[in-house]
This record gives sequence, C-alpha cells and structure tokens, in this order.
Amino acid sequence: MPKRTDIRKIMVIGSGPIVIGQAAEFDYAGTQACQALKEEGYEVVLVNSNPATIMTDEHMADRVYIEPITLDFVTQIIRKERPDGLLATLGGQTGLNMAVQLAEAGVLEAEGVELLGTPLEAIEKAEDREKFRQLMQEIGQPVPRSAIVRNQAEADAFAEEVGFPIIIRPAYTLGGTGGGIASNWREYHEIVERGLTLSPIHQVLVEQSIAGFKEIEYEVMRDADGTAIVVCNMENMDPVGVHTGDSIVVAPSQTLSDEEYQMLRDASLQIIHALGIQGGCNVQLALDPHSSRYYVIEVNPRVSRSSALASKATGYPIARIATKIAVGYRLAELKNPVTQDSYAAFEPALDYIVTKIPRWPFDKFRSANRSLGTQMKATGEVMAIGRTFGESLLKAVRSLEIGAYSLWTKQSDKWSNVELEKKIRVADDDRLFAIAEALRRGVTVEQIHDWSKIDRWFLWHLEALVDLEQRIAAVANPRLPIEQVLDEHRELIHEAKRNGFPDRELARLLKADAMAIRAWRKRRGIVPVYKMVDTCAGEFAASTPYYYSTYEREDEVETSARKKMVVLGSGPIRIGQGIEFDYCTVHAVWALQREGYEAVVINNNPETVSTDFSTSDRLYFEPLDVEDVLNVIDREQPEGVIVQFGGQTAINLAGPLADAGVRIFGTSRESIDAAEDREKFDALLTELGIQRPEGRTVTTVEGAVEAAESLGYPVLVRPSYVLGGRAMQIITNTNELLQYMEEAVEVSQQHPVLVDRYVNGIEAEVDAISDGETVIIPGIMEHIERAGVHSGDSIAVYPPQNLSEDVKRIIEDHTIRIAQSLQVKGLMNVQFIVHDGEVEVIEVNPRSSRTVPFLSKVTGVPMVQLAMHAVCGGKLADLGYQSGRVPESPAVAVKVPVFSFAKLHQVDISLGPEMKSTGEVMGRDLVYEKALYKGLLASGIAIPAHGTVLATIADKDKPEAYPLLREFARLGYRLAATEGTAKYLRERGLEVRVVNKLAQGTPNLADDIRQGKIQLVINTLTKGLKPERDGFRIRRTAVEHGVPCLTSLDTVRSVLDIMKLIHFQTMALGDPVPGEAGGEGE
Amino acid sequence: MMVNGRRKARLVLQNGLVFEGVHFGAAGTRFGEVVFNTGMTGYQEILTDPSYYGQIVTMTYPLIGNYGVNVDDVESRHPHVRGFAVRTFCEWPSHHKLVDQLESYLVQHDIVGIAGIDTRELTKAIRTVGAMPGVITTEDLPVESLLARMDEALVPDAVKRVTTQTVYRAPGAGHRVVLIDYGMKAGILRALLERGCDVIVVPATSTAEDVLRWKPHGVMLSNGPGNPEDAPYAVEALRGLIGKVPIFGICLGHQLIALACGAKTRKLKFGHRGANHPVKDLRTGRVDITSQNHGYVVDADSLQGTPLELTHINLNDGTVEGLVHRHEPVFCVQYHPESRPGPSDARYLFDEFIDLMTRVREGRFAHA
Repeated sequence: MPKRTDIRKIMVIGSGPIVIGQAAEFDYAGTQACQALKEEGYEVVLVNSNPATIMTDEHMADRVYIEPITLDFVTQIIRKERPDGLLATLGGQTGLNMAVQLAEAGVLEAEGVELLGTPLEAIEKAEDREKFRQLMQEIGQPVPRSAIVRNQAEADAFAEEVGFPIIIRPAYTLGGTGGGIASNWREYHEIVERGLTLSPIHQVLVEQSIAGFKEIEYEVMRDADGTAIVVCNMENMDPVGVHTGDSIVVAPSQTLSDEEYQMLRDASLQIIHALGIQGGCNVQLALDPHSSRYYVIEVNPRVSRSSALASKATGYPIARIATKIAVGYRLAELKNPVTQDSYAAFEPALDYIVTKIPRWPFDKFRSANRSLGTQMKATGEVMAIGRTFGESLLKAVRSLEIGAYSLWTKQSDKWSNVELEKKIRVADDDRLFAIAEALRRGVTVEQIHDWSKIDRWFLWHLEALVDLEQRIAAVANPRLPIEQVLDEHRELIHEAKRNGFPDRELARLLKADAMAIRAWRKRRGIVPVYKMVDTCAGEFAASTPYYYSTYEREDEVETSARKKMVVLGSGPIRIGQGIEFDYCTVHAVWALQREGYEAVVINNNPETVSTDFSTSDRLYFEPLDVEDVLNVIDREQPEGVIVQFGGQTAINLAGPLADAGVRIFGTSRESIDAAEDREKFDALLTELGIQRPEGRTVTTVEGAVEAAESLGYPVLVRPSYVLGGRAMQIITNTNELLQYMEEAVEVSQQHPVLVDRYVNGIEAEVDAISDGETVIIPGIMEHIERAGVHSGDSIAVYPPQNLSEDVKRIIEDHTIRIAQSLQVKGLMNVQFIVHDGEVEVIEVNPRSSRTVPFLSKVTGVPMVQLAMHAVCGGKLADLGYQSGRVPESPAVAVKVPVFSFAKLHQVDISLGPEMKSTGEVMGRDLVYEKALYKGLLASGIAIPAHGTVLATIADKDKPEAYPLLREFARLGYRLAATEGTAKYLRERGLEVRVVNKLAQGTPNLADDIRQGKIQLVINTLTKGLKPERDGFRIRRTAVEHGVPCLTSLDTVRSVLDIMKLIHFQTMALGDPVPGEAGGEGE
Repeated sequence: MMVNGRRKARLVLQNGLVFEGVHFGAAGTRFGEVVFNTGMTGYQEILTDPSYYGQIVTMTYPLIGNYGVNVDDVESRHPHVRGFAVRTFCEWPSHHKLVDQLESYLVQHDIVGIAGIDTRELTKAIRTVGAMPGVITTEDLPVESLLARMDEALVPDAVKRVTTQTVYRAPGAGHRVVLIDYGMKAGILRALLERGCDVIVVPATSTAEDVLRWKPHGVMLSNGPGNPEDAPYAVEALRGLIGKVPIFGICLGHQLIALACGAKTRKLKFGHRGANHPVKDLRTGRVDITSQNHGYVVDADSLQGTPLELTHINLNDGTVEGLVHRHEPVFCVQYHPESRPGPSDARYLFDEFIDLMTRVREGRFAHA
C-alpha cells in the first residue's frame, strides 16, 4: 500500500525539554519524522516547547510552534492549523501522553484529526499495566506473577505457588516505604507483616522477583499488513534490577544461543502483532540465566532511547521508517536507505559489537545517591563500535570524558576491598571500574559473578583485559628507550590496540609518553583502518558515509578530492553541556557545506541528530579523545578542524590538536587561551578599560583566606577551568571558606582556585558573531535570577526588560571591543553583571554557547551560518552586516530551565552558582508576562490559581519577601509559614497559619505538603554550605509531590507578575491599587 | 611460526588473496569453496548443517563461540564444513547448556580453523568476486603450490556423501511421511515429529518405488549440499512421485522439484547464507524473515511453460524463493522454514504441509 493521499497536513508532537529519561533521542526521532513527512510532500505542523533542538528549526516543518505541550495550547494550535493527522509516537512519553489526552478530551474527534501510526487502543493496552498483563496471559506470554494480599495466609499461598525471591510492596506508601525482597520464609513473613502494618489500607503487592535475570531488549517494527521485523536486539551487561537506561548495554546480544535469540524474537513479534503496533516498538524481556525461561518486562509502543541506540548501532533509521509506516507505507515498499538497493523489510546483520555506557550527573550532584536501580539517573550516554569487545568497551569508556581512559581510574587504587565489594554488589556508576580493580586484586570471576550476577562472559572478558594490562606493565623498562621496548613487544602492543587500549593507557603502563608511542606506531604501521556501518555485514554494496575505527587490514573510507573540514561534536549529554551543542554541531555541518566544504563529523553520542549518518558528508563514530581524533585527521587530511561548536569537549581538544600540528579554524588557540586563562584575561580587560569583579587566583588555602579578606565577603569561589559552574560557591565568611577549600576543591600549584568579589546585580548575556572586524550582536538576554544563580539555571529574557538603553550600549561596546581584540572568528559568548548602571564582565567564552539555538530562533539571525562564514575566512561585511546590535524583535521570549530533581533523590533543588538543570523550554508571546507564563507552564511548573502558599524565609530575605507575600494574599491565596516567618508577617498585618517545623513533630509542614494542603512553596536558603536539614527536606518533599518550589525571590516576583496577569483584579473602592508593591519594606 | 602463543595460519583464495591469522581448531590443510554467513548466532547449527559439506565458512559476526557448544544445537551428527574462518573465537564461553568449547569441538571433529583475520575484507572479496575455492592451512606451504591445488575444493557427488546410508523410522501417530535425506538438517525431522508425523527417512538415491512402497501420505524433500544438477537420480525419482503423493520440498529439495518439472537452476554469485533474508509471499504481500543457505537458485525465466507457479520471491534480489505446482499437491521453498539457526517466521509451512496431506487424504484437494 503506498502512502495515503487522503491526508495532507500532519501535526507532529515533540518531547519537550530534556529531562532524565527523555533526552536528545527524541530530537533525532522528531527530526527524522519531519524530514520523512516533508519528503513525501505532506505539510508538517510541529509543536515542541524545546528551543534547543534541530527539530524546532524553522525549516524543519512548514509551521513550527515552540509552545507548551499542554492540552490547552495544543488544542488551540489544532484549531488554528486544522491538521488531518497527528503523529505522536515520536515524541517520547510526552508526545504519547498528549495524544491520549487529546483523544480523551474529544479534541481529535471534534476537530477531525486522525491519530496516525499505532492506534490509541494499542497504546493503552501497552501502557496500562493491568490491560497489558491480561493481554500477555491471553497470548500465553509469561509475565512475572503477582498478587495483592490482605493477610499472611494469602501471602503464604502466593509464595508456595511462585517460590522465592519475592518482591513485597505495601500499597499506598510513598517510594515503596516498608517494602523489600525476601529470599526465604523468615524474611518473607517479616516484610509482609511490616508491609501490612505500614499500608494505610492494609494491602501488600507481592511479585515474583526476576532480579538477576539477563535483561534483553528487542527493537521491532511492524506495518499495517502485519509484516514485522527485528531491527536489533541488545543485552544489558547489568542484569534485571538496574534500569536499562542506567545499564551498560551491548548490541547484538552476546551470551544468547540462537535458540534463545529466536525464542525471545518470536515472543517480541507475537506481542507486537497482538497489540497491533504500526511503527516502532521496544520490548524488554528477562531471561533466566540457568534455564531458557523468560518473562516479558514491558513494552514501549513508540520510538525510544533504545530505538535511537538501535538505529545508530545498526544504521537502520527506525524513526524515519516508523513515520513512513504511519502514513500508509508497507515495509516491503520502502528501500533500505543505507544500501539504496535492498528493502526496509529485513533484519540488519552487524559485523561489529556496540557498547553503550550511560553518562551520570554525579560529578555535579555529589550528595546524590549514586546507587543504580529502577529509577533512571543518567542524563546521557555514549556509544562505541569495535570488532572486539575490548575495543568497543574501552572506546566507550574514554568517550565518557570522566577522566578514565581504560578500566583503571585514579580512584581504583584508593578503594578498600570492602568498598569494592559494595560497589559490585549494589551497582553504582563506578561498578565497571570496581570490577576491574577487584580482578586486579585477585578476586575471582566466580566471586564477582556471585556478587553482581553479571554474566561470566562479560567478567571473563574484563579479566582478559586486566590480564593484558598486567602483561604490558610487566614489560615496562624505563631504562631502555621506549622504541626499543615497543619493538621487542610489538605483537603485545598490537594485541593491546586490537583490544581498544589507547596510547595514553600504554603510556601509563609502560611509564612512557603517549605521543612517543603514537609516533612509533605510525612508523611501524600499527594504525587503525576505518570500517563501514552498512546494516548488512558487507553482504550488499553500500555507500553509507558512516565509519568506525579498528585495527584490521582493509580500510573502506572513500574520500574525495574536495576540500574538507572536521567538526568535533560535543559527546554525551550532561549537565552543563546539553543538546544545544548538538544543534550547533549540526548547523556547523550545514554551514560548512554551504561554504563549499565537505563536512566530516566526529562524535560518540547515539542520541543525537549530528550522529545521523545523513547529516554530514562522513560520520566517524569515535571517542572525542586526542588519539582518536588525530587518527581520523590522519586518514581524512582535512584543511583543518573546527572546535567552537562542540562545547567544552571540543574546545579542550584545541590545544593538544594544535600541538600535533593540526590547524584549528576560527578563533585561534591563543585567543581561546587568553579568554580562559585568568591572568591573561584580566590583562586584556585592563588594557581595554573594561571592568570586571575584582578577583585573585590562589594556590593555597592561606592565599584564599587572604584574598577573600582583602576583597571583602561575600566572594565567589571556584576552581579554574570549570564547566557549568562545577564546584562554584558563594562564600560569606572565613569558616565557610575553609570548609569549601577542604571539601570541595583540590588546591595546588597545578590546580589554582579563583576567588572573586561577589556582585549582587542583574546578569545579562550576549552571543556575538565576529570575523575579527565586524561583530554582530543578535540580541542581549537578561537573567531573571540575580547573579549567583548559574546562567544555565536562570530564566533568560529576550529582549531585556530592565536594562536601560545606556547599559545596552555599554554591553554592545564591550562585546565589540573584546571580540575585535581577541580576533574572534566565529561565535563568542559574554556574560555581564549590571549593578547601579555599572556594567562589568564576568566571563567570555570564545565558542558557541547554550543560548545560541534560543537566540537564533527568536531573533531570526542564522548565527551558526554567519559564524561559519567567518571561521572559513569570509567577511561578515560582505554579507551585508555591520557591527552592533540587531534591532530587537517586538515579541518577547523567555528561556526557562527544566530540572530533573524528581529523578535524583538526595539532591538539593535550591539554585546556586552550580548548574543543575538538564534542559530548557521557551515561551514566546507579545508581552513579557504571557511569554513567562507559557515558559513556566512548558517547564512543568503548574501555577495554582488559588490555594495556600507555604513560606519559609531566611532572616536576611524577610524584608524582600514580605511585599511579595502580601501580594499573594491580595490575590486571594492563603499563607502558611513556620514560626519565625509567620511572626514577621503577622507583625506586618498579614494573616498567616503557623505550621510546625519538622523537628516540632507531626503534623508538620511536610505532612501538609504530602496531604495536598500546600499549592506553592517559597523557601530561601539560609546562608551556609551544609544543606540545613529542614530546608533540604522541605524542598525535596515538594519536588517529590509535584508541588512547585521556588528558592529565588526573583523567580517568585516573576510568578507573581504572571498571577496578576491571569487573575482579574477584584478591589473594593478605596483599596490601594495592587502592583505598586515593589521595593517597599514596611 | 607462533603469534602470542598460537600457530600461524593462512587462508588463501583462488584469486590469490591471502589472509594471515592464527590457527584454531584442528591443524592441517583443507580446501573448499569459501562462503560467508551473516547470522550473528547459530554457529554450531551452521557447522553441523550438511548443506555446508565441502565448504569453508566464514562468519561475518566477529565474536564466535560465545556460548560454547552444547548437545542440542546440532543439525546432524557431526560438523560438515571443511574449514571455519572467524575474526575472534571465544576462549571464555558462558552458557547454562555449555558442554564444550568451540575450539575443542573443532579439534575433536578435525575441522581446521583460522582466527584473527579481517573477515569483513574476506566477505567483501567474496561479494565482489563471487564464492570461490580457497584453502585454510596451518602448514608452511608456498602460496603457488596451494593455488595449484585448488581443484581439491571441488566436491563431486556431495549429496551421496552426506545422505543416510540406511532407512530409519521415527514413529508417530499422524500422517506417514517419507523424508528423503539429501543432507537433511535435523530441524526438518523435528518439525514433522512435533506435528505427530510418522516419519521414514530414506537415502537420497531412493527411487520413486522405494518411496511409494511405504504408502506415504506425503513426501518431504530435505535440503542438501551442492549443485542440484549433480543429482539426476533424485530428479528422476521425483518425476515418479509428483502427482502420486503430496510433496513439500525445502532448499535442494525445492530445486530438485523445479528440475523435475522442467525448470532450470543456476549458480548465484555468492549465494544467500544468513538469518535475515526477506521473502515476500506474492499471494498475501506479507514478508517473512527467513533463514537461508544456498548457492544455487531456480531460474525464474525457466518457469515459463512448466506447471510451476511462482509464490515467493526474495525481496532483495527478486530470485525465486517458493513454488507451487498448478495441478498437483506439490509446493516447495528455497529457504529454511525449520530455521535453526534463524527466525521461525516460516514454521507455518509445515502446518500447511500437514493440512495438504489431510486434504488429499480426505479427498478435498482441488486440482486446479
């Protein structure tokens, strides 16, 4: 059946902001969907609140709406655009939930919009736990047994039938309080009894435990005719019990026999037939390692993170094909875009092994509970391809950018044996390294298997890698020239390279220099070749420009004689370096192509658009480490490398690459250094006569104290070379400073610490494009939260609402002069602080920043394209631009950060200099308050129309908080507060209900939050580093119960602005007119 | 010569391309036609599939032997490949069914293996040039002398070497089926037994009379190695069976039916070997993913004028994958519905065969 001609216009719903569990993979899926639909000639209407994505680029769809994905807004867009069809299976859970809401609200039916692809009924059957279990029983697919029991006898009957281990969950207790896993009768009776007591309705859910089973996933596709295929299967190294998003995953499965592979394949296909899926689907299964028993864990009736991984792992573009199926095509009618010759109805054959490792945010959230379980915690992931397990695994390890280049890390030697056992038993982010270290210390594979239940296949392979490591270390001989050592052990070195060992690791083991090893290798011809990812293991000719390195014989890269440039991507999504940089990388590729170059991309993030092989002229799926990048450069011989679009990852490579003789295009390495090196930067600003908050660089604790005292508290302290404000703190006294110096940083000659005067003012930010002469400023953004909150966590407004024309002019002048003086070629980001009309520069980043996509979209200036013109040596003046600000747009846009706090337990949600957000949304409207309303709504902050506001305010903030709270009262909100705050407010005439602090026993404010008596929490931090327990617990309780919690009074003020807008004002005659509240203290 | 404690081995193709690697399995020199299989699992089934008789098989998936060998995953009593070429063989397999390692299994069955070679380069060479004779050797022989001996790769009368020498019976209560063993995979027998058939397995050289003597309700034709034209005796027997009894043919059995009905077969450049081949049923439009292992194929043009109708094609190259006789209860497929290794999407064909026998027995088969 060819494509449908009865539909003309199709709406696509995206997945909104990046949060843990829903990341860049949906930009990749959504972008493919839009491209596939346009290719077929449909008119595409896109709704997504996330401005940092490629899919929300103006040319991706015919109509792009960056609006909140809520029932009201999407309904409004549907009524305006009148699409014939809706495609909602490519926007993650957000898109799917929106489709269900639209259907349930009757909007689809009323407006005549057809849901395309997998039918609603199938979605419901897959998503509803009970309906799904029932369906599995009907078709004879095994699911773990479970029952609800009300007493010990019922519990015993279940256990007799099912056997141990059994998971026990008391009904209606939050976060599973009182539950557990029982592996014998004694434990079972104990936990069941406790659970029955704790459960308010005296019910306990008992379920057969499958923890320790192998976790296997199948990515499947099905069309309306019932043709179904498996694109890829994947095996989690971590057995059932660790969320698949937090597991190390390999593709294809490694430890399954054909019989098992086919058994689970049959099960997956039977399930999608029974559900009636039309498109892509993910099936998760658990396989008993001791028999061939299996259980179905769950099904995702849509594209997912796993499907993005499977697409990159195989070359098979799942989202693109799923989209075509949704508009009526059958699999057998669609060509395989990789071979162009065979069809989409086939199953990819891999001739390599793929490893995925999650990237966790624990470097940012040091207080977070790092143990891994059923709640996903990773923000992103890396993927690597190799022809041996070692090659694939070790490439993935060094792609993580966590300072590990092998199975050894700096912590390895420091772990005690007890710690090792704990890390292996209870999985955490270090487990892989802990296993390697345990093997080094002689712990047996059997023992580790017993602790971790990880299949011995993986453990034996890890043991072989550790063994190889030790064999290399054994031949180290620092008395001989390294060349001689290497020559004598040439086969061993070759074996190490074939198993993925980087030169850095060989250098560590042989106590030599990595570049010397590299030079020797090149002389001896031990260099990688590049092989193609072609979906078919070489069976058919393909010309996919998608490659990975390996140490074998035949190289398959087909280069051309055209001039080319290498663009470095930004690696895994992490806090501080998100999808924005992938947006920039993709635009950099397009811009290069427009400039007449071939664009070669190196990146390792499977979730992104930049690693879609159809994006660039050639894609190298490789680690972004010096050796791997240099290898690609050796092979490609480009004119140069572009580092300014791949975030700090790429910028950090500029130095080592330049040292190796590679030409860095764009802003020179010296200029990058001048902006990043504190002293050089200070000298530059002094020369230009530009002010900056006074600061010192210190290398000792005493030096820090001295600096702080001479600058005067408060001070801002941070290590030099930071990403996303890591370990940055505002310090108010010497005690705090000493504590910080001891706990948060390592200070030394090599690791200086910066101490700056803290200025309490308005932060503003500029992204500029420069060719060294002309400096274009597309726009200035103002931050709502005052300085001290990381710019990535602040709400940013364009155009600025509170900056005078004079201030704007000064910002413009400073930006132009800095760019010219640094001879910036390309993008530059400058952060300012405005205080009493004075403008000071906080920092300059000579690269693209996280605001580039936002600013490009709201100003319409093609920023990356212009930057690339300058990078390639072109003049901006030739394109008709002149230095200075581009006229401001009449519409107001706000960028609102989005956090993933609900997923990360024990993480404080209060905002500070350290970045915590994972994503962002945009709100845009004709007036500021409406734009902000949309932004907050899109970010998931439900602004209550009435109810109770709970205030716990630090003493220093009380005068500022009072008028704001008075305003809430005037709008009809009830106030509740802890004793001190309540007293302060009552003295000023406000009616306040006093609530107990946590220590004052129950019922206290946490109970009120839990019981839904509080609709908004305002909590400001008392100064101090130790997270005070009360505030921390109040904030966590709010997050875990979905109650908005504001920790900055600036944000509170903005929320009030909105509330005033959405409320009609009812006033009695003679009342003071509200809104005049600002500033007054009494 | 030793590399990291292992003896060196070479694989030499007739076109002169030489791959140097390390030896695993038995030592020696073995000639055979070099072919590749793209399956990612199922190496033990592949090794023991008699259709690979006389061939050197390379696996495109680079890690082979991960789950060792076991007693269940065998398609015949012993391996039939001449040689086995892999990128890496697993020295540390893991599986609850494991009884042995791949390497010792090869040693035990005297199969010469080579590892550590660029199997993707080898695969692409075969794809470009075509399946060709080659040799794996652990001996220090000059390439010229090996090239001069490439005739040793030829295997005349392959079917006669792998078929059963004796007639045997696997009793059941259902339809009586004579299964002609041209180099049968155990999976075919198993599929019939699972459906309750009373199966008599007979040698490939059996005549029509030999078969009909059992008064079968149906005849099943197995897979087998080599060129179907090398088995004229089998074609002759089929001419005597078509029209007398329901027949279902698989792989070589399918090609022999085509020859018996007057169609022709030809050699494919490098064959279809793997577990991911899409086959389209022309009657329903549906596609099954099938397990395949064949170097020869029925020529589609030669079907004209024969009583055979094309029912299935390979979606990738359009070659003949399934036929049905226009007048008689005879149908056949080029692929492997018994799978092992590979997907079981096409298992239903055995049910259709059972159904066909039932209809004929009950007089419900409608001659077209």
